[in-house]
Amino acid sequence: MTAPETHLHFQGRNVGEVILSVEGVSLAFGGVKALQDVSFDVREHEVRAIIGPNGAGKSSMLNVINGVYHPQRGRIRFKERQFTDMDPHEAAVLGIARTFQNIALFKGMSVLDNIMAGRNLRMRSGILAQALRIGPALKEEIAHRQEVERIIDFLELQPYRKTQAGRLPYGLQKRVDLGRALASEPKMLLLDEPMAGMNLEEKQDMCRFILDANDQLGTTIVLIEHDMGVVMDISDRVVVLDYGRKIADGTPDEVRNNQAVVEAYLGASH
Amino acid sequence: MAAQAGTLDTFPKLLLEHARVRPSRPAIREKDLGIWQTWTWGDYADEVRALACGLAAHGVTRGAHVALVGDNRPRIYAGICAAQCLGAIPVPLYQDAVATEMAFPIQNAQIGHVIAEDQEQVDKLLEILPGCPSLKRIYYDDPRGLRHYSHEALSSYESLIKAGREALERDSAFLDAEIGKGRGSDTAAMFFTSGTTAAPKGVVLTHDSLIDRSRTIMAWEGLNEDDVVLAFMPPAWIGQNIFSYAQPLVTGYCICCPESTETVTADMREIGPTYYFAPPRIFEALLTQVSVRMEDASALKRRMYRYFMGVARRVGARILEGKPVGLADRMLYNLGDFLVYAPLRNVLGMSRVRIAYTGGEAIGPDLFVFYRSLGINLKQLYGSTETSVFVCVQANGQVKSDTAGPPVPGVELKFTEQRELLIRSPGLFKEYYKNPQATAEAKDAEGWFHTGDAGYIDADGHLKIIDRVKDVGRLAGGTLFAPKYLENKLKFFPYIKEAVCFGHGRSMVCAFINIDMDAVGNWAERKGLPYSGYTDLASQDAVYDLISGCVEQVNADLAQEAELAASQIHRFLILHKELDADDEELTRTRKVRRGFIAEKYATLVDALYGGKHAVHVEAKVRYEDGRTGTYSADLKIRDARTLPVPGEKKAA
Repeated sequence: MTAPETHLHFQGRNVGEVILSVEGVSLAFGGVKALQDVSFDVREHEVRAIIGPNGAGKSSMLNVINGVYHPQRGRIRFKERQFTDMDPHEAAVLGIARTFQNIALFKGMSVLDNIMAGRNLRMRSGILAQALRIGPALKEEIAHRQEVERIIDFLELQPYRKTQAGRLPYGLQKRVDLGRALASEPKMLLLDEPMAGMNLEEKQDMCRFILDANDQLGTTIVLIEHDMGVVMDISDRVVVLDYGRKIADGTPDEVRNNQAVVEAYLGASH
Repeated sequence: MAAQAGTLDTFPKLLLEHARVRPSRPAIREKDLGIWQTWTWGDYADEVRALACGLAAHGVTRGAHVALVGDNRPRIYAGICAAQCLGAIPVPLYQDAVATEMAFPIQNAQIGHVIAEDQEQVDKLLEILPGCPSLKRIYYDDPRGLRHYSHEALSSYESLIKAGREALERDSAFLDAEIGKGRGSDTAAMFFTSGTTAAPKGVVLTHDSLIDRSRTIMAWEGLNEDDVVLAFMPPAWIGQNIFSYAQPLVTGYCICCPESTETVTADMREIGPTYYFAPPRIFEALLTQVSVRMEDASALKRRMYRYFMGVARRVGARILEGKPVGLADRMLYNLGDFLVYAPLRNVLGMSRVRIAYTGGEAIGPDLFVFYRSLGINLKQLYGSTETSVFVCVQANGQVKSDTAGPPVPGVELKFTEQRELLIRSPGLFKEYYKNPQATAEAKDAEGWFHTGDAGYIDADGHLKIIDRVKDVGRLAGGTLFAPKYLENKLKFFPYIKEAVCFGHGRSMVCAFINIDMDAVGNWAERKGLPYSGYTDLASQDAVYDLISGCVEQVNADLAQEAELAASQIHRFLILHKELDADDEELTRTRKVRRGFIAEKYATLVDALYGGKHAVHVEAKVRYEDGRTGTYSADLKIRDARTLPVPGEKKAA
């Protein structure tokens, strides 16, 4: 949580080759141009942020990567495969998981079950076998439970294991959401405003968990965030969008000093 | 005493004996990844042997000090025993101590090797490393977050034990010889006292004293290998250490380590300990939780709870003690047990508790009776680090709420003219480490330990402690002033977390109050009072009214006691912040440091006695991330209603 720790953190991590590239993506809803010719790439093990003022197209970008929206133009390459369109399920199978801006947990289910749901993709036995716990299903469930327990330990959720997700405070729900995304053992994790509405302490905790996931599990992180302080602290590289266009791309320092970015955020004098 | 047990005069020898006699019985359980993992006595001995060889290979020698810092983890306890195998002296350190507090023991005892639980502890150790030239090696148990640390002093517990296993394979005779060299008169461990007043002192305890006390209590209470203990207080506290290290090694019972500090209640419910020890504040916190939850329960449950708790208060304690109780009451109590007490005991995780102790501080009589009336055999004990804990323990069936019971076998007590309690016992400490002056002050030539506690023996032969000798003061009028007694009375209210009373040499008693955030917060929610945080809540008039009610009730109680009627609390204020050990206002065992607080908040004390109704504070606050900020506000001061003191014509 303290400064030197983060410092140590960055020293040891190896950012690898390009894992995802977005090439000339344009997306329009009727006449509204949400994204216009946006290109950028994400390297393996990197923390990549997408920032921009309200309505800049950040969430749309995430939804494109995730396969929720299909762009009219442009290509997306994830690892060696190329797509113009894929659906969210395919994205999940490929190892792209995400969390949501407005938490989408199963409110009536326990924290444990919510995270277990994240392992759905990895389950091999059929619904019936699972329901009746027959044959290999039981063994499988134990193995999955073990994984879920690792995540609970990782995110320090032990005291809430059996608590209904809907009864947890907001910051913890966000953490459970992250846990569920991590449960699918993703290669790449898309985080849609992971710290929105959190207090300082919750933000610090969340930062630590994101960095830990990035560092210890090797998960590549793509995150959208409003809190500039957080973004500048934890990201390796930042893409800035404004009115659907990319206006800057680079390290936090480069972006911070970019004239176009300053204008987009503070308003330009004409 | 050691003779009757043959040659089992040190803890490592006891461990090997258990591994021989009951190798597959559980010794330590730990909840990990949601499942209780068990070390049998065989596993325990195996781990300790390998660890001891590892430590020896890394240069730990006879007489060296080895520090252990972490929460209750099997490996921390294995570390204690491993050091003892080599004739080295384990020094458990408080895991919640800040880095600077950790430096003193390490420098004082020239500690070269530390076993640390996790990154948090490693960070602190690395921080103080430049000031501690003796510190050569730090071993960490949990590797999380430490992957990129590269420091020559740092290595993992895993690597240590691996080195140990290799060494053990090459030469297994070495360790047996080392264990054989141990004598009961050797130093077993050193515990640093929390340092209420001066710098902490290292209390040196021998195998003989710890083993003697543990054997005495095993016989006194009939403990056996089927007992189960939940270890949840800091292992650096003797009160935890004797229950989770010394006693299990003597008796052969099993200890359980909770998953994390936040899960203690749930873990306790799963384990169902039979033998339980907690300081009064834990019992207080549990009762507060129960009260708060009952306030939120349905009307029917609330009425049932209130009615049957009334029944329990009337007859419960008598039934527990086996005293005669009328048939109607007995039946009513049984019904209450079915409907309320048994479920409540279950929620508290105390269904199987055979013996529960509290000690370390006085317990509010109402609080004490609450647990006993539920059918939980809660008893008080008296002891300290210097006495290997057990000095006085209440006997089953002869329990009183305001005494600590009779001395246990082997203990002699006497009192000085100032009513200071002196103790002679086989459990007494050897010395304060490198502090002959303090040793001479505390332990006289005839071997009497001067406790610093004021008290007396009552008509039934039970020890009754009033306060610290140095804290017992006099009001300006000459009447007795026992601050802790008053503070305890205040703290019994669920809304009051801490209280600090002033009055020595003054005309009247005034108090600082810390509200209990949980209880008052819940109360405010039900009242629909908005608040932004502790400071805001503490300053609200409605909260002042609430606390005022509590203070006045204490005054009404005090007015009944001839000697203490003059100690009624005339004025009070609610502090803007919670007293905190990190700000040195409490000791690590959460006792208030009255002198320090009086000095730090001198302006507030002056305002209380100066008759003002508000006082301006500008305080430095330290946030949890280490940054500091300033806070300024006006604190209100309230007058509390007092009752006339008998024999005094008019109030001051």
